[in-house]
Amino acid sequence: MTALPNHSEFLLPGIRCAGCIAKIEQGLAKTPGVHAARVNFTARRVAIDHDAALDMQALRDELGALGFTAEPVIEKGAPSPAEAKEDQRLLRALGVSGFAAMNVMLLSVSVWSGAEGATRQMFHWLSALIAMPTVAYAGRPFFRSAWGALRRGRTNMDVPISIGILLATAMSLFETIVDGPHAYFDGAVSLIFFLLAGRVLDDAMRKRARGDAAALLRETAPGGMVLRSDGRTEWLRADRIEPGMRLLVGMGERFAADGTVEEGETAVDRSLVTGESAPERVRRGGRAYAGTLNMDAPVILRVTAAGPDTAMAEMARLMEAAGGAKSRYVRIADRAARYYAPAVHSLAALSFAGWMIAGAGWHQSLLIAVAVLIITCPCALGLAVPVAQVVVSGALMRRGILVKDGSALERMAEADRICLDKTGTLTLGRPELIEPADLDPHTAGIALALARASRHPLARALTGALEARGVAAAVVENITEVPGMGVEAAMQGRRVRLGRPGWAEKLPVEGKALACALMVEGEAPLLFRFADRLRPGAQAAVARLAAQGLHPLILSGDRAAAVEAAAREVGAEGKGDLSPADKLAAIRALGEAGHKVLMVGDGLNDGPALASGHVSMAPASASDVSQTAADILFLGDSLEPVPVAVDAARRTLRVVKQNFAIAIGYNVFAVPLAMAGLVTPLVAALSMSASSILVIGNALKLRVIAKQAATPAGPAIAVAKKAGSAQ
Amino acid sequence: MNGLTFLIPIALVLGLGGLVAFFWSLRAGQFEDLDGAALRILIDDDADDGPG
Repeated sequence: MTALPNHSEFLLPGIRCAGCIAKIEQGLAKTPGVHAARVNFTARRVAIDHDAALDMQALRDELGALGFTAEPVIEKGAPSPAEAKEDQRLLRALGVSGFAAMNVMLLSVSVWSGAEGATRQMFHWLSALIAMPTVAYAGRPFFRSAWGALRRGRTNMDVPISIGILLATAMSLFETIVDGPHAYFDGAVSLIFFLLAGRVLDDAMRKRARGDAAALLRETAPGGMVLRSDGRTEWLRADRIEPGMRLLVGMGERFAADGTVEEGETAVDRSLVTGESAPERVRRGGRAYAGTLNMDAPVILRVTAAGPDTAMAEMARLMEAAGGAKSRYVRIADRAARYYAPAVHSLAALSFAGWMIAGAGWHQSLLIAVAVLIITCPCALGLAVPVAQVVVSGALMRRGILVKDGSALERMAEADRICLDKTGTLTLGRPELIEPADLDPHTAGIALALARASRHPLARALTGALEARGVAAAVVENITEVPGMGVEAAMQGRRVRLGRPGWAEKLPVEGKALACALMVEGEAPLLFRFADRLRPGAQAAVARLAAQGLHPLILSGDRAAAVEAAAREVGAEGKGDLSPADKLAAIRALGEAGHKVLMVGDGLNDGPALASGHVSMAPASASDVSQTAADILFLGDSLEPVPVAVDAARRTLRVVKQNFAIAIGYNVFAVPLAMAGLVTPLVAALSMSASSILVIGNALKLRVIAKQAATPAGPAIAVAKKAGSAQ
Repeated sequence: MNGLTFLIPIALVLGLGGLVAFFWSLRAGQFEDLDGAALRILIDDDADDGPG
């Protein structure tokens, strides 16, 4: 132990099972220089203590050698320390209120069973001693939120909760001092306990979804290899790359910054940025944009980014302008509280006034008013919404749908229009082999042997397709890659080539279609065609969305002809040639017509539209901007998660509404009793628990529904990927 | 009444003991990786090169 160990953390989006944990921890333990490695499966991270001599890149390579893509943790995307502290505070408050609720209940049961005189007096005092610090400590999350709302002249669910708890505690203390028979300490404390339980559940679920979403985000937010003037190369994160730097971008990599090409010539796939599906050739002096994919050959880029005229800056401006609608959304529980709180408070005031007029004396009248407040305290409502949402988000997560925010499900249930992007959303956004459908094993083996040697996107698509068909690679020698052209090798003395049609063999190249050719000396050349295909099940998914009454509409930045073809295939309306601002305008127009729009998109150009939609979804393959802007992310190749999520959200809303009905029904029954002065602490405790259990049970119904279709996420994703690459 | 002078403090101390244990586990990071804890039971420690 000479050097102070360094601490690094990496995100591991690919870990799925216990085997992965063991492989990483045991593999890293054997690496020289690593002191300790611990995987956190929930956060999809590994924390490594290591010698200072090992740098980030070396650890990353080591994890890569173990078979895992790792991204260094950048604090921006990770939960902040303040957030983590807030989680801990909630859990601690839950522990304290649980302890207090149990002990106070223990004492209360004795009082209800008939303890009298000095015994009851002592029990009440003990309860007070336990309950009052608990209310002061564990009640703070509610008081803070209620105060925040009141200060801005609004009410939310926490206002009646806080008033109820505080009044009940104060009244019970008074009762204890004057030796009265009724103290509501147990009610106040168990109310806090129940409500905190709902809040902790809600928080834990959101934290996990956010962790997963952050892990996905790091997969697409890249860095780049920077060429220094002294000839050294250095890998830098995207946010560290500055204008004027020279960036070496390999084949099959994404550009980490905007710039002009200094050396080399290549084809660039812009689908993630503009929605344009056909690749574009970029020569020396041509411009390349961050987020686009370098397809053909390595190039050196002079970075020009930063400044207000880059594509990114324009997008950021549009998104800022678009993002207002969601923050104005009022959660359904708070909307209910808007009517609920005044009703409850006027009922309590009414009973106080009524009993005063009837001549019951202010002490008796106040006690009855407090009983009304406790009975009507929206414990059931405070639990009903989070429990339903937690159950559904958990089930959706198992199906590969990540709900980033609880209100997203509520907004999703209200959507009555859906707009879809084409490239990358309706389609897979990557080339897939479409022709030829059949190959003889001999030719396929040669093609696989050559394709495996290249990182070109078409070669990778070909490799995936052939491997999925179970092709065995042929034995070839002297494989060389000619940048921008293809791969060449020798097989039993014959020359074999796989690459651009014009290079491998003098074949006519038609149009802009993606294709590569295989030439074996002495045999007829073979042309492989690729296209960006629709996601598997896209037609069925769009049909289901239409059946759900959402009127699917395709908004795309691609050429109108390509959009029309895709729209015809899935059976929806389509609009092409749209700029990001046009998409934003289209969604705004729908919003102004009174519709609630669900936007599904993946590209950088969809960012503003995603931010302005009432609710938004993005596939996990989306650009980082879109993943940040979207409320819900889905994994895998299928488009099926979109209608599934809509369905789940609507079911959730239905159950939440049922729960509201149950809670209101309970109040209709219990409030007259309380106003009549018949509610003792025992009755209050019983009815409160009964109504809470009823709404929780009703919310748990959703689990059964979710289970019917649920499959474990790991296999589902694997199968979906295989199915996608097999086509 | 005599029994109560023992039983009530005992009940409170037991409850407090549980609360202290909960705080300790919270501070010791026992709640940091709930999913991982469920999976770690499956890891075979004897296997030198890991199950895969």
